[in-house]
Amino acid sequence: MAYSEKVIDHYSNPKNVGTLDKGSKSVGTGLVGAPECGDVMRLQIQVDDATGVITDAKFKTFGCGSAIASSSLATEWLKGKTVDQAMTIDNMDLVEELNLPPVKIHCSVLAEDAIKAAINDYRVKNGLEELVFEEKGVH
Amino acid sequence: MNRASFLKPKTLYTKFVFELLNKAKNIMLKFPIYLDNNATTPMDPRVLETMIPYFTEHFGNAASRNHPFGWEAEEAVDYAREQVAQLIGADPKEIIFTSGATEGDNLAIKGVYEMYASKGNHIITATTEHKAVLDTCKHVEKAGGEVTYLQVKDDGLIDLAELEAAIRPTTILIAIMYANNEIGVVQPMKEISTIAKKHGVLLFSDAVQAVGKIPVDVNKDGIDIMAFTAHKMYGPKGIGALYVRRKNPRVKVTAQMDGGGHERGMRSGTLNVPGIVGFGKACELARLEMAEDAARLSKLRDKLENALLQIEESYVNGNRDHRLPHVANISFKHVEGEGLLMGFNKNIALSSGSACTSASLEPSYVLKALGLGDDLAHSSLRFGLGRFTTEEQIDYTIEQISSTVLKLRDMSPLWEMYKEGIDLNSIEWAHH
Repeated sequence: MAYSEKVIDHYSNPKNVGTLDKGSKSVGTGLVGAPECGDVMRLQIQVDDATGVITDAKFKTFGCGSAIASSSLATEWLKGKTVDQAMTIDNMDLVEELNLPPVKIHCSVLAEDAIKAAINDYRVKNGLEELVFEEKGVH
Repeated sequence: MNRASFLKPKTLYTKFVFELLNKAKNIMLKFPIYLDNNATTPMDPRVLETMIPYFTEHFGNAASRNHPFGWEAEEAVDYAREQVAQLIGADPKEIIFTSGATEGDNLAIKGVYEMYASKGNHIITATTEHKAVLDTCKHVEKAGGEVTYLQVKDDGLIDLAELEAAIRPTTILIAIMYANNEIGVVQPMKEISTIAKKHGVLLFSDAVQAVGKIPVDVNKDGIDIMAFTAHKMYGPKGIGALYVRRKNPRVKVTAQMDGGGHERGMRSGTLNVPGIVGFGKACELARLEMAEDAARLSKLRDKLENALLQIEESYVNGNRDHRLPHVANISFKHVEGEGLLMGFNKNIALSSGSACTSASLEPSYVLKALGLGDDLAHSSLRFGLGRFTTEEQIDYTIEQISSTVLKLRDMSPLWEMYKEGIDLNSIEWAHH
């Protein structure tokens, strides 16, 4: 199975690889997946407390090329969005943008889960209630 | 002229020449490099040459007894049968041509199960066998047979005491592979056959990875039935053989395909004459060149392995002493195998124990059978060197893999946690 150009591009030149201070109140961290499943994603957002805008996003991913590309693209999309807007990012948008084949859809689901986990971490840190998201159940 | 300015141009010149040489070396490399010889091997041009006349000029059916076309074909098959037999120390009458090792595995296991039904219904095999053996055993179980799946030790070898303890009065067959396709570990066939003989049980071995690569002798090794195939030893695809012992003891297998009664009634179907001719030639070449190939490849394999083991947290999977000379299986902790392959798979063809593409997300069952955690199994690469592998290819591979591992570790949250001293087992992972 050949990879799409976009997956190869994100894999070769991943955007926003790195680590934000997870102890900071304005940083939300989402860690999803499991080593045994061959996929672990950690996605972090830096939020401007006054405006609610995501000013920076970083990721680190253990996984296949599609998992790396999904998280790289997710961080690109997160930057500049408000936390509320970020919640609307759907895994199928990632699938479409990256041309992921059916066997790799779980990579995009994982990226969506990571976004939501990061948002919830940020919310809890700031005294907001944890949001309950619907299970995608694809993976 | 002071000393420094005198030296400078010379240093630059040396550097320039060095870079040029390096470039030339890479230009000489033809991409992609093939290091997946356990999956299949390229055909040796000398094999192809032998086969060609048997597609066009000598196209006869080896079973046509009344004209020269048939005689020519039969003669060619007889000659090839001798070449194949000679490689494994067998008598030509003991060679049954098949379509490959999967058919051989099926014919051996189902054939013994049916032929020896009056003696018993129990088969012993191991968890690290190829699917062609494991799934055939599952079939036998559905048909009413009983199968013991031996666990292997953490180096991939079976425990001989456990094997002996598993033998029952109803045991009719022990099915243990000669060498493993993923880790290259070679089982102690002689010791296994001694146990089998002591208890009057037949020994079958799937020897696809071993035949033509290391010395295999059915009499010295005490093997009663053995499956192997041409395309793993520089021959064509679609042709294999089943060795079936005729003396001490005389072994019979029930045919799994009914028809014209070819191959002593054990395998009907018009013989694949060009394939058989090529298989014969491949066996002859292997017999003559095996020692030299193995010595050269084990050196290259060791070079590759030792260089890659310089990478922090990298491990060899399987026993390193009892192993095929051209195979290495290495895990790079906290880097996922498929992601790793993507770093260079345009230029280097390799396999990984990760199975991120399959719906189950289950990594290699062979590596798991060694007791590797799923994470290490996901982090493995399998290297299968071959007759046409060169040192330049190995040097390039070392360079590419080392740099990709480092790059992906910079991107791996697990590596970061490991470096921070976080126990990854203490984290509650969301299993998906």
